[in-house]
Amino acid sequence: MSILVIAEHDNASLKGATLNVVAAAKAIGGDITILVAGADCGGAAEAAAKVDGVSKVLVADNAAYGHQLAENVALLVAEIGKNYTHILAPSTSNGKNIAPRAAALLDSQAISDISSVESADTFKRPVYAGNVIATVQSSDAIKVLTVRGTAFDAVAAEGGSATIEPLGTATDAGVSTFVGEELAKSDRPELTAAKIVVSGGRGMQNGENFEMLYKVADKLGAAVGASRAAVDAGFVPNDMQVGQTGKIVAPDLYIAVGISGAIQHLAGMKDSKVIVAINKDEEAPIFQVADYGLVADLFSAVPELESKL
Amino acid sequence: MKILVAVKRVVDYNVKVRPKSDGTDVDIANAKMSINPFCEIAVEEAVRLKEKGVATEIVAVSMGPKQCQEQIRTAMALGADRGILVETDTALEPLAVAKCLKAIVDKEAPDLIILGKQSIDGDNNQTGQMLAALAGLPQGTFASEVVVADGKAKVTREVDGGLQTVDLTLPAIVTTDLRLNEPRYASLPNIMKAKKKPLDITNPADLGVDAAPRVKTLKVEPPAERKAGIKVADIDALVDKLKNEAKVI
Ligand SMILES: Cc1cc2nc3c(=O)[nH]c(=O)nc-3n(C[C@H](O)[C@H](O)[C@H](O)COP(=O)(O)OP(=O)(O)OC[C@H]3O[C@@H](n4cnc5c(N)ncnc54)[C@H](O)[C@@H]3O)c2cc1C
Ligand SMILES: Cc1cc2nc3c(=O)[nH]c(=O)nc-3n(C[C@H](O)[C@H](O)[C@H](O)COP(=O)(O)OP(=O)(O)OC[C@H]3O[C@@H](n4cnc5c(N)ncnc54)[C@H](O)[C@@H]3O)c2cc1C
Repeated sequence: MSILVIAEHDNASLKGATLNVVAAAKAIGGDITILVAGADCGGAAEAAAKVDGVSKVLVADNAAYGHQLAENVALLVAEIGKNYTHILAPSTSNGKNIAPRAAALLDSQAISDISSVESADTFKRPVYAGNVIATVQSSDAIKVLTVRGTAFDAVAAEGGSATIEPLGTATDAGVSTFVGEELAKSDRPELTAAKIVVSGGRGMQNGENFEMLYKVADKLGAAVGASRAAVDAGFVPNDMQVGQTGKIVAPDLYIAVGISGAIQHLAGMKDSKVIVAINKDEEAPIFQVADYGLVADLFSAVPELESKL
Repeated sequence: MKILVAVKRVVDYNVKVRPKSDGTDVDIANAKMSINPFCEIAVEEAVRLKEKGVATEIVAVSMGPKQCQEQIRTAMALGADRGILVETDTALEPLAVAKCLKAIVDKEAPDLIILGKQSIDGDNNQTGQMLAALAGLPQGTFASEVVVADGKAKVTREVDGGLQTVDLTLPAIVTTDLRLNEPRYASLPNIMKAKKKPLDITNPADLGVDAAPRVKTLKVEPPAERKAGIKVADIDALVDKLKNEAKVI
């Protein structure tokens, strides 16, 4: 078996999600190569070469790959992917954008968001907002998989010594261009990697009130998330949405504040180790999954929590 | 400008789906079925482009059993002009759906193709990207804003870190995210009118598509249950539990 892992990176450094994907690759077993496609991405390539268990790093360093445009990167992945039995990408917005496109070019039915490796061709994945876990077997010669990061413990970022091999040619499909981006800047940990997540819902009433959660988060070294209702209402930006159609998190501690616990929200957080719910409605479904529930008005409970940490 | 929208028939988002006790499949025999919420957003976006005078015709396509006509009619009641059903009783995988759509794109030559980013049953998030690959077209996935002008679509995408904007040459593929728009409700007169709009029926074989599945579902099971927790009386009790029992802070 030979496995190609598509790196998640920002050119300068490798993103943690890559380490979870390498863990899934190890569970499949075989020779592991990481592909770093980017522009001025030497930093990310060097970091990839140090990842435990990786034997080779392929580097496609070209302006065409600088912003991870799927039209260009998928052509590259499909071209080099022919030499592998498995192609793995993280279930990040970038991985989901590129992997299915590359799979179609290889005439392979990709399998999204695997949460476990049963064998080299059989995987588990959640469907129906996580209410059902399906075990699926692929008959394609090249298996294209996206990997749910929270389901695989990251491999060590250091300790490996892979060879780095530059790739010569690059293709620009010429149909898309990058215009710009607005990335959230935060000193708090990344939502999907944080050990503790504090999330707010519609009960927060407005964006200013999220300050209360930021204060609690800063005392705990936590990331801050939100329900769809809070994002739709404009309290906080889209990158904070946790759920079936947002980010999947599984921290050691998840604190849900003013969130009712709709199945679509639960799909994104119910694998957390410990769940705390603060809600004034004792019938709120979130209490059915909470290890510790506090029926209280969040406007008094949250400041008190902050003062007692 | 012609817009093609893909609309999928799925179990309604309010239904909590469970596996059958023998673990062979999910139990959805009598479940309420609806148009996939992301596809509804796709239809709405197309209708708004038509209302702005950017688009002239909207074609809604669905693939699946003949009951999918209901979802095509829903799309028509929202404003689609005509429909195409690719009828099959095989459970189509995203690659097969994308191949059917590719055949239809070849025939209809739309300038914009709008799909949902993911369907809430399969949760695959693949079809739009696959269609884009097969048709050799650019893709603006997870769109929260679409502006069509000068032969291009400017698409703002919801990405993990925030928002990204890309320019795509037309024809292009767009997949919708939740905040692209808020779909309207169909009015009764429009529901009546929709019944008379043209709906063509074809099938994968006629489109030259081999729809045989590549992925076999071996088993479906419920996820690990969480054990019921406790209610704590106040913040002091909560902090104590988190420190001394759960040991997470
Ligand atoms: C296609 C689709 C995809 C979706 N994807 C997602 C997703 O990815 N993530 C997601 O979260 N949702 C998603 N949803 C939406 C989901 O169905 C719910 O609508 C949403 O999660 C509700 O958010 P909420 O709990 O914040 O709001 P509500 O359900 O309105 O709950 C607010 C809660 O706050 C409590 N509250 C109010 N005031 C106070 C107070 N002062 N003190 C304490 N408690 C208070 C209330 O008791 C209530 O329980 C999706 C829906 C659809 C149809
Ligand atoms: C438990 C379970 C078992 C299954 N078993 C099998 C099996 O054994 N074999 C099998 O082939 N399939 C099986 N399926 C179905 C399969 O997994 C997916 O539901 C199907 O492949 C479509 O993927 P998707 O809708 O999630 O695609 P996505 O890529 O998430 O869909 C995105 C968008 O593409 C468009 N789209 C997708 N499908 C259609 C459609 N039919 N008509 C119109 N537009 C569409 C819509 O705009 C949609 O919003 C099973 C599903 C489940 C949940």
